[in-house]
Amino acid sequence: MSTEAPASSPPASPRRRGSRAFDHTLALVGELLIIAGAVIGLYVVWQLFYTDVIADREQQEVLDGLDWAYTPDSSPITAATSAPEEGPEVLGPGQMLSAETAPVMEEPEFGTTFATMYVPRWGTDYVKPISEGTTRREILDVLGIGHYEDTGMPGAFGNFAVSAHRTTYGKPFNRIAELQEGDALVIQTEDTWYVYRVTDHLIVLPTQVEVIAPNPYVIGGEADGRYITLTTCHPMYSAAERYIVHGELEYWAPVGDAVPPEIVEEVEQP
Amino acid sequence: MIFPWLWRVMPGPAWVRVLMLMLLIAALVAALFQWVFPWVSVTFDIQDQNVEAGP
Repeated sequence: MSTEAPASSPPASPRRRGSRAFDHTLALVGELLIIAGAVIGLYVVWQLFYTDVIADREQQEVLDGLDWAYTPDSSPITAATSAPEEGPEVLGPGQMLSAETAPVMEEPEFGTTFATMYVPRWGTDYVKPISEGTTRREILDVLGIGHYEDTGMPGAFGNFAVSAHRTTYGKPFNRIAELQEGDALVIQTEDTWYVYRVTDHLIVLPTQVEVIAPNPYVIGGEADGRYITLTTCHPMYSAAERYIVHGELEYWAPVGDAVPPEIVEEVEQP
Repeated sequence: MIFPWLWRVMPGPAWVRVLMLMLLIAALVAALFQWVFPWVSVTFDIQDQNVEAGP
């Protein structure tokens, strides 16, 4: 089949010349609309699927680079013991130290991955890295969970506040709405385990920064506990509101041969 | 028109042109995924998860 359909084929009459120019313009507009439609469709594919693929890979690489981090399947702790099938040793009650004595690390430089997070409610295989900063391009879109700068570090008297995507880019906080009061939120830094318990959740406007203040319950209030705060978008796929989860430090333990029992206990999955 | 024009300016037999078109489309999609879409997503804040001061 010939693709040749040039302007010269039908005999040109003066009356038709104007309408041919109009036809050409119309065809061009049509083609541009087709291209625009394809680009918008591609954007949806990119945002909903491709960002997950890339970010999951990136975050796994970050985790693999943290040699101190406990990972459920290939932990450095279980690898050292002779019976990896039995799973890691867990902390006894005597090894769980009072929240008041929790050590607090210094705030690292922007972009540094300094901790990992485990949430049994989201599966015992859930582990994501936490990095310093909450910009999208450098932290949240690539590294996963971000720590709000100048908020408390894990274990701090104040508020350890973190943020992550709820949808797309690996969606670390995808299942945040499933968290219930009393659920464990476990943070590991190079030296320390911190086990927090969920206390409450709320939905706020994006401008309500008091949720990450040292005392999230009293506006302008002094710090009165060791809190953790998770923030993510709400509703899903929207930027209209924020879903907030608060928790409080229950105990800490130095990183050693044993892991907190919470992170190996199966929570029934939906 | 864009598509007929592209077809006309490309050299070679039809299968070469089809191949070139596919490469061109692949390159365009890669550029969109790598640079354009991330920029759009961040610039227009279609979704956001931080709390921050200001509007």
